[in-house]
Amino acid sequence: MLIDFGFGVLVLSFLLALFAIGAAMYGAQRQRAAWVESARRAILLTFPLLSLAVGALIYLLVTGHYEVKYVYSVTSDAMPLYLKITALWGGQAGSLLFWSWLLSAFVSAVSLRDWKGEREFLPWVIVVTAVTLAFFLSLSIFFENPFERWWLLPNGDAVGAMFRPAGGAAAFPPDGRGLNPLLRHPGMILHPPMLYLGFVAFVIPYAFAMAALITGRSDDRWIRVTRRWTLTAWLFLSLGLVLGMRWAYDVLGWGGYWGWDPVENAALMPWLIGTPFLHTAIIQEKRGIFKHFNMALIILTYVMVIVGTFLTRSGVLSSVHAFAQSAIGPMFFGFIALTVIVSFALLIRRWPLLRDEIVLERLLSREALFLLAAVVFLSVFFIVAYGVFSPLVYEIVTNEKITFGPPWYERATAPLLGLLMLLMGVAPLSAWSYTDARSLGRALWKPAIPALLTPPVLALLGIRNLIALIGFTLVVFVLAVSLYEYGRGVRARMKANRETPFQALGRLFARNRRRYGGYLIHIAMVVMAIGILGIELFQTETQRSLSIGEEIQLGGYTLRYDSLAQFPHTDGRRVTRAELSVFKDGVFLARLAPRYDLYPDGQPMTIPGVYSTLADDLYVVLVNWENVSTAQTPFKVYHNPLVNWLWIGSLLFIGGMILTAWPPKESQTP
Amino acid sequence: MRPKFLVGGLIILAAVIYLIVSATQSNAEYFLTVRQVREQGEQAVGRNLRVSGAVIGDTIQYDAETLSLRFDIADIPGDNAAIEAQGGLAEVLHQAVLDPTRPRLTVVYVGPRPDLLQNEAQAIVTGRLGEDGIFYADEVLLKCPTRYEESLPGQAGNE
Repeated sequence: MLIDFGFGVLVLSFLLALFAIGAAMYGAQRQRAAWVESARRAILLTFPLLSLAVGALIYLLVTGHYEVKYVYSVTSDAMPLYLKITALWGGQAGSLLFWSWLLSAFVSAVSLRDWKGEREFLPWVIVVTAVTLAFFLSLSIFFENPFERWWLLPNGDAVGAMFRPAGGAAAFPPDGRGLNPLLRHPGMILHPPMLYLGFVAFVIPYAFAMAALITGRSDDRWIRVTRRWTLTAWLFLSLGLVLGMRWAYDVLGWGGYWGWDPVENAALMPWLIGTPFLHTAIIQEKRGIFKHFNMALIILTYVMVIVGTFLTRSGVLSSVHAFAQSAIGPMFFGFIALTVIVSFALLIRRWPLLRDEIVLERLLSREALFLLAAVVFLSVFFIVAYGVFSPLVYEIVTNEKITFGPPWYERATAPLLGLLMLLMGVAPLSAWSYTDARSLGRALWKPAIPALLTPPVLALLGIRNLIALIGFTLVVFVLAVSLYEYGRGVRARMKANRETPFQALGRLFARNRRRYGGYLIHIAMVVMAIGILGIELFQTETQRSLSIGEEIQLGGYTLRYDSLAQFPHTDGRRVTRAELSVFKDGVFLARLAPRYDLYPDGQPMTIPGVYSTLADDLYVVLVNWENVSTAQTPFKVYHNPLVNWLWIGSLLFIGGMILTAWPPKESQTP
Repeated sequence: MRPKFLVGGLIILAAVIYLIVSATQSNAEYFLTVRQVREQGEQAVGRNLRVSGAVIGDTIQYDAETLSLRFDIADIPGDNAAIEAQGGLAEVLHQAVLDPTRPRLTVVYVGPRPDLLQNEAQAIVTGRLGEDGIFYADEVLLKCPTRYEESLPGQAGNE
């Protein structure tokens, strides 16, 4: 009953989205406001309707209706309640429904805004968002229906289908298969919704950009209206990436946080275009240039959002994240092609209209440096995209497989990431339109001093690695520039308004949140870079079999193997848990308990034991557990210097983003 | 002033192409089956290769003094779909070892003997093919089909 209801609501939402597309186009073409209004109401209705569908599915998940194929495949009786709820996005069909539901929420929020200033955008924003919604709903209805039931055919096969197949009898499995164990982790519970929120929120600026192109408005209205959407999208996307990194570090047990896996890259690619867009959009607001560029960037961001969903959802790549495989690839492919063709055709048609309001003359100006940074970001994007897609093409053409592992990506992108850090330092100090070398030099010399002192100091400390020397110099440079900028602003306010330093800092932020929040984000980025440089360049590892009482040394630490326990967990997995003591210079520091869990379906999970300090992490895993006697236990130990700064930087990053994106009191909410 | 920007753009483009080409030359890995390595012969020498095959237990030789390890692997299909179609990994490995007509490759590795090295294990070896037709591995990953059937494909690549 509830199953049919959920599916019915899904179909109804789909029809409403189709109606909204038609009505909005007709209303816009014929100047009939009533039709546009009707479209707006239709699209508004999709949110409550899809909420009912999501609610129905959650109810089925929680109450263990295993006759529903999706419920069967992602939950089981042994799972706790919160995991049954989050199983909503634990599999293919559920995540697609979740995607549509989030989109409908955003679209409703947008259509409820006050449209006075840009009435003519309304129908086209509805059309673009409704097309996207209809596409995702069609996937849910025709290909990946979360409400499909199990049927037992006369020949004994069990099939999943919405409606009774000929001769089929409803099947009621007693228990479900359960969520993939790797997904049963707090990081994994939050990581997908954060990424989806980021992905879906980018649909809104794209829709406004398309509306501006269609209606021929050449000003920066679409950027101003959607600024907060863009920041929100970027915030959630970044949050999703960071959570994914933390999850990999905590659960996958290979000592790292980022494997340049195609599916990780799928989430990174929209970020690599959304980030320069945030920056060049500021230039368009201030100077009226880069209009074509910004249009191209937002189109590309949207396309990469769809491509990212496609890569993770179509099973075209098999990797850590692509648990789900399905036949929706061609649909996605068609939709992506259609989006690219229509969007860029529109952009080309409006090309003459989007003329720059001033001429960019000098290479040494803030505008040009922002442009350079954006182009470098795009270059990194291009390299990552090449790394993801060229192996697919290579395999089709030559029937051989080629893999680009982390060393490939690191080698190809590292120089560009270094250049980006340099620009992060120089660009904020440059002036609009023209900076001569001398005045830039005057602005730069003070922050440059600590940066130039970094290599000799590090060399004295015994660091000889060239990349590390360059990297840490850039880190110090960006830190110095950002702090210098704060100092300059605070001093100016203190002098002019007779404020205390704290008042001055607070008001500086309040007055220009984007600028000073931005510097905070820059600081956070380079703090993260400290951790990345530390683990990438100085990670050491060792692997050995120990018997109880034996010790192993790494990175100045001594690990003593104390005990081993094997026991079954209530949810059926077999846990093998070792205990080790960590010593440094003979002093006991901590007890670590790396684990190896084997789930009944044969899925192993390696949970590391980690001793973490600001200077380094000691990361221990039980490896190759199979076929080994308990007398000799194999351990792999990693020493990860500075990696904690990656997480500290992430927290700072999130704080900076929230501070920047938080709506100011007086502004209208878009 | 436009030419300046054009030149700047071209420099960046050239830099990106250089970065991709140089990274590909030094760091790309070609994932081949044993059969493909044999067919390519000379051509495969010197490239970074990643080869997957079934370990033939009788051929394993280990010298604990010099830590040198030598074993032969037999050809198995390269993609998961083909493996599934032939009855799953365990079955494919079993057949590969039994069938003397399958192309084989001798692997040499210096290091501690991996715990999982045994007859009918799946070995994924990374390294280069020498002029002598022997594969010199920098890394040997082993999968035990009975328990690791559902193991993560990405995990091996991330090591």
